[in-house]
Amino acid sequence: MRIGTAKQTYAADEALFDTNVQRAWMGLFIALCVAFPFMASEYWLYMACLVAIHVISVTGLNIVTGFTGLVSLGQAAFMGVGAYAVAYAETKLGTPALLNLLAAGLLTAAVGALVGIPSLRVKGLYLAIATIASSIILHFIFANWDSVTNGVKGVSVPPARIFGVELGRPFALYFLILPLAFLSVLGAANLFRTRIGRAFIAIRDRDISAEVLGIPLLRYKLMSFALASFYAGVAGGLWAYFFRVVTPESFPFVYSIFFLAAIIVGGMGSILGSILGAVFMTMVPEVLKIGVGVASPLLSDAVAVLSPVRTIVFGILIIGFLVFEPHGLAEIWSRIRRFFHLWPFKT
Amino acid sequence: MDGTERPVLEVNGLSLAFGGLKVLNDVSFAVPQGSVTAIIGPNGAGKTSIFNCISGFYRPKAGHILFEGEDIGPFHPPRRAALGLARTFQNIALFRGMTVLDNIKLGRHAHMKTSLLDALCYFGRARREEMELRREVEEKIIDFLEIDHIRNKPVASLSYGLRKRVELARALAMKPKILMLDEPVAGMNREETEDMARFILDVKEEWGVTILMVEHDMGLIMDISDHVVVLNFGQVIAAGKPAEVTANPDVIRAYLGSGDVEALRREFRGEAA
Ligand SMILES: Nc1ncnc2c1ncn2[C@@H]1O[C@H](COP(=O)(O)OP(=O)(O)OP(=O)(O)O)[C@@H](O)[C@H]1O
Ligand SMILES: [Mg+2]
Repeated sequence: MRIGTAKQTYAADEALFDTNVQRAWMGLFIALCVAFPFMASEYWLYMACLVAIHVISVTGLNIVTGFTGLVSLGQAAFMGVGAYAVAYAETKLGTPALLNLLAAGLLTAAVGALVGIPSLRVKGLYLAIATIASSIILHFIFANWDSVTNGVKGVSVPPARIFGVELGRPFALYFLILPLAFLSVLGAANLFRTRIGRAFIAIRDRDISAEVLGIPLLRYKLMSFALASFYAGVAGGLWAYFFRVVTPESFPFVYSIFFLAAIIVGGMGSILGSILGAVFMTMVPEVLKIGVGVASPLLSDAVAVLSPVRTIVFGILIIGFLVFEPHGLAEIWSRIRRFFHLWPFKT
Repeated sequence: MDGTERPVLEVNGLSLAFGGLKVLNDVSFAVPQGSVTAIIGPNGAGKTSIFNCISGFYRPKAGHILFEGEDIGPFHPPRRAALGLARTFQNIALFRGMTVLDNIKLGRHAHMKTSLLDALCYFGRARREEMELRREVEEKIIDFLEIDHIRNKPVASLSYGLRKRVELARALAMKPKILMLDEPVAGMNREETEDMARFILDVKEEWGVTILMVEHDMGLIMDISDHVVVLNFGQVIAAGKPAEVTANPDVIRAYLGSGDVEALRREFRGEAA
């Protein structure tokens, strides 16, 4: 049972974490994140970095698709723009890593705003197709603009260096990627406490009346696309530093679908949902893989038998979410929270 | 109303058509400063279409709309909202994904300055502006409209009457100079209607906001309006004080069909009392 939640001031009521208990949990979570690299194996650090990169990209996609209602299937291609921007900056310009990441974000934001232009005319499936078309164009550019992207051979990226420290292994990169993921999520959460976030949601819910209420649709739709793409650009830049090689195949179209699935599984229009969705989509295949590994001594040719099963189970899990929990993991989470707030008086 | 003040809103020769269908035909009227002006007329007369032209959602074929003497024809809807043209919608247009409080706050959008960068950082400018807005919404609007108990509810969970009230709250958050209400009491019971009438009069008297409303409830119109414009098949057929207009046989025929005119007149007088 949660007590003492009556608010004293409007400021307290508008805070992101409105109780001390919540703040304590958050502190514990951050402490765990800091301690994690010193306890975890290389494999888990690798997974943590990948999850954090996905969290950034998924949070961005949720802003444009979940909160603003503009379906985008271009998030992977946008990540590609960011990754190539970093690769180019590292190999041709030699500029510092943090600056490269910022530049990757800004460049991708500009591309995203351009790709978002059709959203002023079309919605839903039509917009989805328009964004697919844009990603095909971007892939074509990745594969053919040799002087910048080195064509199908791709670009090798040197390790990131920050203040003279080389971030080569996941252990070191973790301390770059995780804080950026944290800031990205915080920025998105802040956004929806202000007029900008409200404008996005208004556009999603009823764009015509939003306009009559004072929201310029053109500006805000493009802003939403640009912001989502900024997130994708930073995520793509980190991806380049993480995998150290960028090719046109690095960001296939199914990767965009992966991100879309993540916001649906996690929860459309929910910040927490973006995190949960990214974690779920990245980790569940791994967990299933580990399951197969555990089962393999027990079963002759387990890998051959269970690998397809793994893919099928993953698919079924996603379908299960669509059917049984359309509001995603975030909704399950808030149901659990509600249960504990009232417990033991009501269940 | 003495009618000598400059009208806050003037509609001159407004015409609107959808394909071959003439919806508005040379409509002209003025909304005096500080008045409650009502537009009445049978279903499909074009009342909501006038509102849509004024908000900039429909583009009229001909005519001018002057707001405080300025022709707002070329302005996009958000610009008109920023000038102080606030409205509610006949079929309630609240944002389902937001709480009551956020719906109301949204109304202030055009008057706020928080930029994207401010919003992402929150602390500093964005926070200051949000806190100021919150205080004002709480003290001036939520208290006034008696909706304290629902501020954190999602709008989807509200009754029809409360939704109408939240829409009024959102329009008030727009810092209106003129408040356009499209059927503010449609579908409300007696008590809710009386509350709404009281709110409308308070807005006019305490906030000094001019009201333009479309309404079918003749009782309400006789009670609170200063000036009535009667529309039939997209044309203005009468305009004046409520009592004059309802005594006009043309109006009675058009508005109420060809019934027993005397009985209908009695009904007007009864409801007006
Ligand atoms: N967007 C549109 N496209 C086509 N026809 C329209 C459109 N909007 C309104 N109309 C037509 O214009 C006429 C007037 O409609 P309007 O909604 O303005 O009437 P109203 O006076 O508000 O009626 P009510 O009392 O039923 O609300 C109707 O015949 C309607 O069908
Ligand atoms: Mg109407």
